[in-house]
Amino acid sequence: MAAISRDDVAHLAKLARIEMTPAELDHMATELEQILGAVKRVQEVATADIAPTSHPLSMSNVFRDDVVKPSLTNSEALSGAPAKADERFKVPQILGEE
Amino acid sequence: MSLDYAAATQKYEPTLGLEVHVELNTNSKMFCSCATEFGAEPNTQTCPVCLGLPGALPVVNGKAIESTILIGLALNCRIAPYSRFARKNYFYPDMPKNFQTSQYDEPICVDGYLDVEIETDEGPRVFRVDIERVHMEEDTGKSLHVGGSTGRIHGAEYSLLDYNRAGIPLVEIVTRIIPGTGKYAPQVARAYVTQLRDILRSLGVSDVKMEQGSLRCDANVSLAPIGSGLLGTRSETKNVNSLRSVERALTGEIERQANRLEAGERIIQETRHFLEESGLTRPGRSKEQAEDYRYFPEPDLVPVTPDAKWIEELRAKLPENPADRRKRLQKEWNVPDSEMNSLINAELVDVVEETIKLGAEPTRARTWWLGEISRLANEKEVAPTSLITTAFVAEIIALISSGDLTDKLARQVVEGVVNGEGSPKAVIEKRGLKVVSDDSALMVAIEAAIAAQPDTAERIRGGNIPAAGALIGAVMKATGGQADAAKVRELLLKHLGQG
Amino acid sequence: MTSINSTAAEMASALAAKEISSVELTQQHLDRISAVDGKIHAFLHIDQEGALAQADAIDKKRASGEKLSPLAGVPIAVKDILAQKGIPTTAGSKILEGWRPPYDSTVVAKLKAAGVVILGKTNMDEFAMGSSTENSAYGTTQNPWDLARTPGGSSGGSAAAVAAFEAPLAIGTDTGGSIRQPAALTGIVGVKPTYGGVSRYGVIAYSSSLDQVGPFARTVLDTALLHEAIAGHDERDSTSINAPVPQVVSAAKRLDVKGMKIGVIKELSGSGFQAGVSARIAESLELLVAAGAEIVEVSCPNFEYALAAYYLIAPSEASSNLARFDSMRYGLRVGDDGSRGAEEVMSATREAGFGKEVKRRIILGTYALSSGYYDAYYGSAQKVRTLVKQDFDNAFTKADVLVSPVTPTTAFKIGEKSNDPVAMYLSDIATIPVNMAGIGGMSLPVGLADEDGLPVGLQIMAPVMQDDRFYRVGGTLEAALLSKWGKPILSNAPDLAVK
Repeated sequence: MAAISRDDVAHLAKLARIEMTPAELDHMATELEQILGAVKRVQEVATADIAPTSHPLSMSNVFRDDVVKPSLTNSEALSGAPAKADERFKVPQILGEE
Repeated sequence: MSLDYAAATQKYEPTLGLEVHVELNTNSKMFCSCATEFGAEPNTQTCPVCLGLPGALPVVNGKAIESTILIGLALNCRIAPYSRFARKNYFYPDMPKNFQTSQYDEPICVDGYLDVEIETDEGPRVFRVDIERVHMEEDTGKSLHVGGSTGRIHGAEYSLLDYNRAGIPLVEIVTRIIPGTGKYAPQVARAYVTQLRDILRSLGVSDVKMEQGSLRCDANVSLAPIGSGLLGTRSETKNVNSLRSVERALTGEIERQANRLEAGERIIQETRHFLEESGLTRPGRSKEQAEDYRYFPEPDLVPVTPDAKWIEELRAKLPENPADRRKRLQKEWNVPDSEMNSLINAELVDVVEETIKLGAEPTRARTWWLGEISRLANEKEVAPTSLITTAFVAEIIALISSGDLTDKLARQVVEGVVNGEGSPKAVIEKRGLKVVSDDSALMVAIEAAIAAQPDTAERIRGGNIPAAGALIGAVMKATGGQADAAKVRELLLKHLGQG
Repeated sequence: MTSINSTAAEMASALAAKEISSVELTQQHLDRISAVDGKIHAFLHIDQEGALAQADAIDKKRASGEKLSPLAGVPIAVKDILAQKGIPTTAGSKILEGWRPPYDSTVVAKLKAAGVVILGKTNMDEFAMGSSTENSAYGTTQNPWDLARTPGGSSGGSAAAVAAFEAPLAIGTDTGGSIRQPAALTGIVGVKPTYGGVSRYGVIAYSSSLDQVGPFARTVLDTALLHEAIAGHDERDSTSINAPVPQVVSAAKRLDVKGMKIGVIKELSGSGFQAGVSARIAESLELLVAAGAEIVEVSCPNFEYALAAYYLIAPSEASSNLARFDSMRYGLRVGDDGSRGAEEVMSATREAGFGKEVKRRIILGTYALSSGYYDAYYGSAQKVRTLVKQDFDNAFTKADVLVSPVTPTTAFKIGEKSNDPVAMYLSDIATIPVNMAGIGGMSLPVGLADEDGLPVGLQIMAPVMQDDRFYRVGGTLEAALLSKWGKPILSNAPDLAVK
């Protein structure tokens, strides 16, 4: 298994939107490699004939009726907002339009 | 030397792909019970679930599942016996959880098709558009960008978010690639979206208003040299807000790509934004490096497993396919293609059918809607159906059929109703538009006209029937056009010994 | 005399008999918290005013003769991962510092409806990621048995609060052992119910397919009473089981295990376990045999892969669950000085607001789900899950319940494992398989290890929705142990009260 490089971690950090320092990236690369080394043994028994379990339960078709129930008020919805304006959440400029 | 569209399609073969998003008209959202009303005050239709608050969990709206299955059935899809929701992970402030609960490799409907007919140089031709999948997902919130466009003034630019729309059910309909349309690609695309819209409307599952965003189309197209058997790099065009724009966007995109290829430049795989004013597209976010969405099955939801019984119950609810219905009506009404197409293009088929159902004589129903009412509508730049109800039209036509109104008088009644003077009865009353058909009243006017034009009357007595026109005209004038011209003629000729 | 040293059941009786008021009882506990929490740091937020108000309301209801729930008026501590409306809820993280939810989690709502008095929110490993509570952004919690040691985690605060008599009951969550392991290390009872047995609505998600809410108390009966108060179907949680709550209270009182087969899991024994831990486990088994049970050996060969699979599944789901913490709608916001766009502010906030372990697991999870690696990591881990489930299914054909030590060692020193993530992960080697299969398990204190005089926990596991079985065995064993020693295990804990 290929070593995890700082660039690999930088890519992951970008996907995860965490701005890491170069030192952190290096440290994380080492740790990630260590952990992956320990967990990759799942491949030993994960053969093609075994179905994956994504859920412990065997339920299906859990639906609710199409009935409207009260929403939060505008102030409740905005109560945790770091910034607000015009009854909306105020956020830094979203680049890349749309 | 740039290629125009005709030249472009003589050299290059377009391959189409269409993704249509439909906003369902359920009362509540996809995964929570918030209302879905359009136009509410910002952030008043949200809750912990659709705001993505820590700890919130989704619960599937059963009606949305039903609507999606109906859409799949109407598009000849196979309904998957087992389907699941999946998380599509990416960050964007209009997405409260920073993942969209959608479907990935186990969508609810697969392998359908829609036959689409367009007019070609060689006559009508049917294209079968294969539909790869129909799946469910949730809409995002709406962002408003505030601030200057150039330069970054400290603190001047920001965005405002309203999550009322977040979580509204969306159905995504994805076609397989559509080859072999040649220069008709834009028309095929438009016809496909039009038919899809009509079907969705007939199912009653969505408002399907492109201008309001309840029907959205993303058009993908790539070009390859004709006969090469290759597939080019595709671009995706978004912000296509009307049927006409679907056609224009694709025309423009095909031209653009052809010219790039001619110049030896490669096509960048990207998302482009359609510009209404110019009919051109401009680049949006680059999709050179496709985003890694890290799909995995949604652990907070359980699978959807519709059984055969439920599917058959829904299948029984399917209304007649709109295209089939139009063919049937055309046959019933016995009208030529040209007239039927006029009705279809003017979107008057439904109102005409309704007007006929209310008792109006069929030919009159068609001609009044297509004729006078459409003329008034064009003048006012509104839809014909917004001017007058089918009930009123049916009423007016009934009065024509019974002889209580002439066509001329009826036009005045229509005008009156359209101007807001009230119901046909009220207009007739107010304007005194009843046909004068009382013989004695007419005789009075006839005798007066004869007295005023004795020579003409003499000529008629002598067998010159056409001369009656002048006297009839005089009677019509005297009665303010309210005489039944045919009756006047009958009485006049009889009186002068010629009837 | 009812005091903080009484059991919850005793307190409930005293309250019902009006020997003490809830306000008095609550004040006793608040006084205890004031006296010792400076040393233990079990609580992140103490809601003195709210608790006394709740207590007062219950006293008034009782006075007016209203019928009340069994635990009405008894105080409880709640892990800070459950949303409580208007009360700070941090999940042990800086990124939620100061956040007050606008809604109650279902479990908190149930506690309020049952009249249980919520004293405050307890400390935990950040976002439930950890086995020692050292990962809390607000400082670690000390183990009441030895203030230089951890109480385990991630529900360390809740466990310590109960062990230190700051509350007779507490709520925790368990994803890989986070209730059972702290219970074992602090000498109290802790239960992870069957997955789906208790609602997750309002529980800040770590790993959705593994998380469960569960009870802590000092006795099996107390734990059962709390279990019944919080369990049950919730229509807001699509993964909650729609079936009656297992009869755990009557099972806890049964005091009989005649004819039961107790399966000892071969792979969870031997040299990997501290000698003193193994010794107490062996003695417990002898007591169960003396009580009429039969011991059988079972083998679960795939358990050795469970830890690896867990450390792929949980971080993967967590990487997605924690994406919502982006500063846009709630929580910490860093770097918003007007010059940086939303993406940058998101990234700066998450860098500042998440601790090391959380970042580590997010990165690991992002990797495991990423394109090209999904099958090798996440996909494979889900297959191991199938195998672990099969092992349990097989084992339960031979035994009614299964047992093992809860942890390989007794409580470890603060700082001992915090620099070695893999060593820390090994604390959960015996508890993780239970979460993977979705079954329930109890940690029962069975004595003190000879080497260090620290508590040892026995894990008792039962098939899906058969939670009553481990209450039956736990209750019986607890009584036998009490007989053997003459006093509860906790009475050996050092006295923490400031003199």
